Formats: sequence, C-alpha cells, structure tokens
Amino acid sequence: MTSIRLPRLTFWGSAFWAVMAAGLAATVVRFTQGLGASTNLSDGFPWGLWIGFDILCGVGLAAGGFVVAASVYIFNLDRYRPILRPAVLTAFLGYLLVVFALLYDLGKPWNVWHPIIMWNPRSVMFEVGWCVMLYTTVLALEFSPVVFEKLNFKRAKTIIHTISVPLVIGGVILSSLHQSSLGSLFLIVPEKVYPFWYSSNLPYLFFVSAVAVGPAMVTIESFLSWRAFRREIEVPILSKLAKVTGVALAIYFVLKIQDMTAYNLFPLILEFNLEAILYLAEILLGVVVPIILVAIPGVRMRRGGLFAMALFAVLGFILNRMNLSITAIERYSGVSYFPSWMEIAVTLMVVALGFAAFRLAVKYLPIFTVDSHGPKPPVSREYDVVSFHEAVR
Amino acid sequence: MAQYGILIDITRCVGCLACEEACAEKWGMSAAGSTEVSAFRNTEVREVDGTYVPRQCMHCADPTCVSVCPVGAFTKTPEGPVTYEPDKCMGCRYCLQACPFDIPKYQWESLNPAVRKCNMCHERILEGKQPACVEACPAEARTFGILDDLVKEATNRITGDPETYENHIYGVREAGGTSVLFLAPKPFAELGMKTTLPDHPLPTLTWEVLSRIPNYVFWSSTLLAGIWWITNRRNEVQAYEAALKKLEERGNGRNHPTN
Repeated sequence: MTSIRLPRLTFWGSAFWAVMAAGLAATVVRFTQGLGASTNLSDGFPWGLWIGFDILCGVGLAAGGFVVAASVYIFNLDRYRPILRPAVLTAFLGYLLVVFALLYDLGKPWNVWHPIIMWNPRSVMFEVGWCVMLYTTVLALEFSPVVFEKLNFKRAKTIIHTISVPLVIGGVILSSLHQSSLGSLFLIVPEKVYPFWYSSNLPYLFFVSAVAVGPAMVTIESFLSWRAFRREIEVPILSKLAKVTGVALAIYFVLKIQDMTAYNLFPLILEFNLEAILYLAEILLGVVVPIILVAIPGVRMRRGGLFAMALFAVLGFILNRMNLSITAIERYSGVSYFPSWMEIAVTLMVVALGFAAFRLAVKYLPIFTVDSHGPKPPVSREYDVVSFHEAVR
Repeated sequence: MAQYGILIDITRCVGCLACEEACAEKWGMSAAGSTEVSAFRNTEVREVDGTYVPRQCMHCADPTCVSVCPVGAFTKTPEGPVTYEPDKCMGCRYCLQACPFDIPKYQWESLNPAVRKCNMCHERILEGKQPACVEACPAEARTFGILDDLVKEATNRITGDPETYENHIYGVREAGGTSVLFLAPKPFAELGMKTTLPDHPLPTLTWEVLSRIPNYVFWSSTLLAGIWWITNRRNEVQAYEAALKKLEERGNGRNHPTN
C-alpha cells in the first residue's frame, strides 16, 4: 500500500494548505461576525455560492455512488464491481461535505436537526433534508465493509453483505428522490427564474443530469488517482461507464430541446445577452460536446479522451446548477451577486477537504481492490461440479 | 372561524407614515434607517408617481412561506395572519427565496438571525384589538375586519365610485388569494405591484410533485426488487449451465484422452 509521490504533489500540497488557511480565516469571520459580514448575500439574493455550488453541485457530483451501486447490486452487472468502492467513497465523502458546507450556509446551524422532529411534508426542503440524512446513513453502511475489511471484522462485514440488496434499493430510491427534489426547490418560483432555466421538468432534468455526471466524476477521480498514485480503473470499464453518461446526457438533451419549444426560448436565445450565452455554453459544451466525444470510439477507448469527456460533462453540470441558482435569479432580483472572497474560500476549502479525504482513504483503505473476502455473487462463484451433478439427477 | 384581513385603500393614503411608526413601535424596531421593508421594518409606504403605496406581508390564503419551510416555522393561523416562530427556524432562507411578494427579510448581521415579517399583529387580534397600523391610520386608508366583509366593502367602494377606483381588488385572486387586499386609483402594475402572479396558490406547483412520492416509493422499490430478482436469476442460470457444460466436457474428456 505505498503510493508514489510525484513532484507535482508538492505544488498541490502547498495549494492545499493555502486554501485551508483562507478557508479557516473565512470560517472565523462567518461564525464570529455572521452571514452578513462574510457573504455577499442579501434580502434580494438570499441563496448564493454555498447553495449553488456546495449543495446543488455537491449532491449531484456525488451521484456516482448510487448509479454504480445500482449497476452492481440491482442490475448484477459484475463488470462495474472494480469501481464500486471508489464510487461509494466519493459519494460518502461528497455527502459529508455537503452537510459540512450546509452548516456554514444555515443562519442557525445548531438547529440543523430540527426537520427530524419538526415536520412539514409539504416542503421540498424538508424532503431533501430527510433524504440526505437517510442516504448519508445508507452510504456509511455501503462503505463500511471497506473499513471492516481493513480492521478484519469479518462478522460485521457479513451482516452488511447480507442486507446489501435492500440497502442499495433504499439508496437508489432516496437518491432519485432528493436529486430530483433539488430541482423541485425552484418549481415554486416560476416568475423569479429566467425562462431558460424554469421548467416543469426541473425534477426530471435534475435527476437525469445527476445520473450523467455521477459516472463522469468516477472517471475524473480514476484519472487523478492514476496520475497521483498510479492506482487506476481499467479503461474498458470506464469506457462502458462513459456510455451511461452519454445516454443520460442524450435524454437530458431531448428534455432541454422540449423546454426550448414548450417555453418558446428561441427568441430569447437570439437576444445573445449574458443569460443566452451562459445557456448556450451550458448546453453546447456541457451536453453536446460530451455526447459527441463519447460517440467517437477513438476518444472513448483512451484514458485522456475519457477524462476530457467527463470534464466537459462535469463543468457543464456545474455551470447549469450555478446558472439556475445565480444567473437565473439575478435579473428578477435586480441584484448583481458575486460571491465574497470568504464564500469562495470556504467552497475551495470544502473541495480541498474532499480531495484530501479521498487521498487518505485510498492510501489507508482497500479502495482500488476488488472485494476478495466477502461472499461473491453467484456468477463468479466456482460451482462445485459434483454437487451440481447431484442436483441435476 | 371567519378569517380576518386588512383592506388597504391606496386612494385614501396620504403618506403620513403613521402606520410605519406604529409598526416599528410595536416590533421595537427603529423606523429610521431603511425606507423599504427590511429586517428593521415590517411595513413601508412608498411614493410611486405621486401615489402612496403601502407594502407589507399579504398573509396569503395558502402561503408559500408556510409550504416551503422545512421545519414548519410559519403558520397560517385560523384568524388569518401568517406567523413565524424563530425558535424553530434553522435559517435556510427558502422563505426569502420563495415568497411571491418578497416579504420575509433576514437579520444578516446577527449571529442568531431570525426572519422578520409582519404578523398582522396576531397577538393584538387575539386580545380583540386591531393591528397597530390600522389603529394608527388617520385617513381610514386601512380597514380591519372579517375578510369576506372586506371584499364586499371593497366591491361597494368600486361600484359606488367607478371614476376613482381601478376596477380590481388586488389580493382576491393573486397567488390564490391573500388576507390583505388593495384598492387603487390606477392599474396596479403602474404602482409597482406584482401583476405576473398566477391565480392559483404557488405551493400547488411543488405539491404536485411531492404528493406523488408515496406511490413512487412503492412502485420503484417493487420494480428495483424485480430487476434484481431477474438479473440475479439470470446469472444463477448462466453459472448453472456453465457448470453443467464443464461436467459434460469432463465426461467427454475421459472418452477422448487426447482432447
């Protein structure tokens, strides 16, 4: 379990500590002076970078966990087993960081647990809160065999394996619910969202784009892990995964085209204002380009090509979430919002913590190894020919 | 129980700001400083082209703030006012984001911030008193009473003097109806009031999705379990057949040692 330290890492190491220092400074201001002093939020613009990036993007980018878990456990696609652990790890870390970032954004973070006892089933936010709580628990359980394996807790590991299928089914349902509900949050403000980004299909758009971008994040991680510590996932697996992204993006594209006609967006696009340019950038670079890239076998079969395709998809996804939460609201609010350095510092710190935690996990836990101790699915089990012979008779 | 409401007749408002002062006094806020509804001011009167236009919480019949709040910090009381409990609030500010009238405001500078908005003086209503702003108004621009009676009164004023009044009671239909109603001398859009709102309550937009969840959970779990059963069974059959084939090959192998 030794990792090869590349010279580049010194640069990234110093960058990491610089980001952490800035983030900690911002943390001090946030929790001693309040939201007003630390952010550029206002009554006219109550949700900013922390909601738009840390929450909306954070949850979406962690979608690889449920997509891969569903492929392996529910669809019994064994070829994805090697990426199960990195995908679940990413998702688990992602959700922990989302909750961590939420504590910065909430005005009264000490009341974050209130939805547990103070119910409002009519609130989308209430539903998202519950789903995130439950799904983070599911992810902790899904990830626990890795820790049990390291600690050699065989019995605990067996228990988790026994309940893995219902656990994963629960995880998939919870994921589909809150991934889509993050889009439903904006259904209630039809007159505040710039027409490019309002759609009665918002929950479907959010879910499909999360399915597209989750596997893309797994690909990006695999690429970075390969560069940093030569731990990698085989290209043929990532290539298959890229097709999942491609198909999901194609469905997403169709839904977007449907919005264009249903809401008659073409005259607005032709205005070529800031909104139109950002909208086109999001669709062309974040949806059309990755679909084309994944369609070219020469690109799809190479590690670099896969990385490029995944990067386009992820950046397009981030642009979409930022557009909906910030660009789309600016015109209505009449406020020109740009995050303060403290908002940016906290966001960068959250991202840096994610990278650091992933690195530590890969270093100390069996992440890039196929599970070799636990019970295996029937297809990979060496069947006892004699007992089969008995059974046949 | 009959719900209360406030009828605000913009044609009568003289812009004396007595309502603003009474409101600030009731909340213990300083009326000086900001001139718009803010964390320091729950009612405002602004001048739009020579007309004084009061603004405050509309106390919707089906309030967006009540529906979006994840912890139920807002309540549509049986008396009509929409109230807020800061002790429940966790500070997500979805109410600020979602309110169709942009009424809830936030104590951004506080370390224990609360949302601020008019509560129609709910505690005074329970004591049998009128809201402070209504009591303070010297021009009778504000009328407090049973909401249904106020609608009748407003209709009578319009039919009695169609020259003065714009033929529209703002708040009867807007966002599914509100407990605060407005009469105006000219179109409401010209007074800077929001006229783009749908006639149905906005929470129906999210409830349409949320109400499907129980059904969705039932069917998707059934479907996923079914998919698991089929794919698992397929793999088992494949393994079984592979084992059988192996067995046959071994049997053949004995007969033909050269293989």
